[in-house]
Amino acid sequence: MISSRERSIGLRQARAQRELRNRKDSAFAIVGLVATLVGIVMLAVLLIDIAQDGLGALSWTFLTSFPSRFPDQAGILSALAGTLWVITLTAAFAFPVGVAAAVYLEEYAARTWFSSIIQTNINNLAGVPSIVYGLLGLGLFVRMLQLERSVLAGGLTMALLVLPIIIIASQEAIRAVPPSFREAAYGLGATKFQTTWLIVFPSALSGILTGTILALSRAIGETAPLITIGALTFIAFLPDGLKSPFTVLPIQIFNWISRPQAAFHEKAAAGIIVLLVVLLAMNAAAILLRNKYQRRVEW
Amino acid sequence: MVIQIKPEQIKMAKPLGSPTTAEPTHPQDSVLEAEGVSIYYGERPALRDVTLSVRRNSVMAIIGPSGCGKSTLLRCFNRMNDLIRGSHLEGKVLFNGQDIYASNVDPTELRSRIGMVFQKPNPFPKSIFENVAFGLRINGFRGNLRDRVEHALRRAALWDEVSDRLGSSALSLSGGQQQRLCIARALAVEPEVILMDEPASALDPSATYRIEELIDKLKEDYTILIVTHNMQQAARVSDMTVFLLAGEERTGELVEIGPTSQIFTNPRDKRTEDYITGRFG
Repeated sequence: MISSRERSIGLRQARAQRELRNRKDSAFAIVGLVATLVGIVMLAVLLIDIAQDGLGALSWTFLTSFPSRFPDQAGILSALAGTLWVITLTAAFAFPVGVAAAVYLEEYAARTWFSSIIQTNINNLAGVPSIVYGLLGLGLFVRMLQLERSVLAGGLTMALLVLPIIIIASQEAIRAVPPSFREAAYGLGATKFQTTWLIVFPSALSGILTGTILALSRAIGETAPLITIGALTFIAFLPDGLKSPFTVLPIQIFNWISRPQAAFHEKAAAGIIVLLVVLLAMNAAAILLRNKYQRRVEW
Repeated sequence: MVIQIKPEQIKMAKPLGSPTTAEPTHPQDSVLEAEGVSIYYGERPALRDVTLSVRRNSVMAIIGPSGCGKSTLLRCFNRMNDLIRGSHLEGKVLFNGQDIYASNVDPTELRSRIGMVFQKPNPFPKSIFENVAFGLRINGFRGNLRDRVEHALRRAALWDEVSDRLGSSALSLSGGQQQRLCIARALAVEPEVILMDEPASALDPSATYRIEELIDKLKEDYTILIVTHNMQQAARVSDMTVFLLAGEERTGELVEIGPTSQIFTNPRDKRTEDYITGRFG
């Protein structure tokens, strides 16, 4: 038996320990706040710096002019159009292939050593440096398939780059669909195909779209693979077809930054603002799509 | 992938053996029979040597403590266990006298004739109308969809509550309404048998009462198998009761089967008596 005196000593110790725990708790809250602010503050500094340099150079003429060797005439039109071309093609290739692969892996593939090897490889591919995809695109699309330095080769290379990300995001979205939906569909006599495409896919769509758009916004900022496959840095015309040469925003920005004239550096900052606006627009679209479908699909 | 069936054929197409045209060749006009059924998940037997038969237009309750294989037994009748990796069945399951595990039986066709209602209401995230119409659409129904949906909702005693908002989301309904919607969804494809896996366990008492009332009406036209944890419910709704129990090795076995009144008033097995009087489980 523990005497009441012993018990009260025990309680006092417990209370002291509790105070220590509480202090640890508030200490961590401060550390966490600082950690959070580091990122935000850096981003703010970056944005302010770019805005100071670039806002002056940003104008309608800047958006509608081709590059030029005279800084006051140089614009971003061909790079903006090239980016939109590449990203559209990337989405057109990567979305159907990625979704089909994710549906297959989640709903159809038997859980064997073979499918787990595929899964592991997809996860690894998502971490492969983008320049490696550039080399692959150069060898496969530009040389072997003789697509030249075309916007099509660029789109295909980028599609390879984002494919693993789209597959993984789609798999997660499909996995999040409650098994009870599948059971209900099967219980009514639905085939696997009907269950997958009429019930599972629509329920997973918002997650799939969100993942796809975030993957595409990663692709928009990529420069290395496109330089590797030979995207040009000076394009004074708009892409007029799949075989057309092209440039993209990050390449144009890089090109301007590497010029000695300060006026071009302002153009680069303005280009960065345009790139950020495109990225933010895509992320906003992802959020809108998610909200739109989530209101209808709640479980 | 859509199976092309003429509207009238939904109920007429009966390759598994027609109850309306063919004379019953099996005892007591049984719709479902299990003969020495054992079900395994991987190596582990979940259910051993169950033999029973379910009379047409009756309600059979499956009772027993958790983990005794009630749901497993229920799900072998529409081959839902097929969807679980590594499960397999020994013995025979007959639907209108025909072996449903025979290689020429299409499980999807079987499931359109043996409907199922689940423990938790699981309406699709679609409109009320589309939920009920789903089974008809996937089975290639091309008649008057609206009529069939209304009919199914009336049978499930839900029509009066939802007739003015068929287009709104099924998820806006209360739990009890959702479960009746799930029953309507199952009824719409005109099954012969309805399997119910603890259909009222997630509902409040008044919603439970409405489901029980509904079961009583539905047995005029359907044969119903219901798994329940609720002794009173089994006693209230069923004609026959089967009691399952799992031993040490967690393998369920059939302890006793008989008319519900007998099981609840005069059980032959001591274990049944112990269970229904609440001494364990």
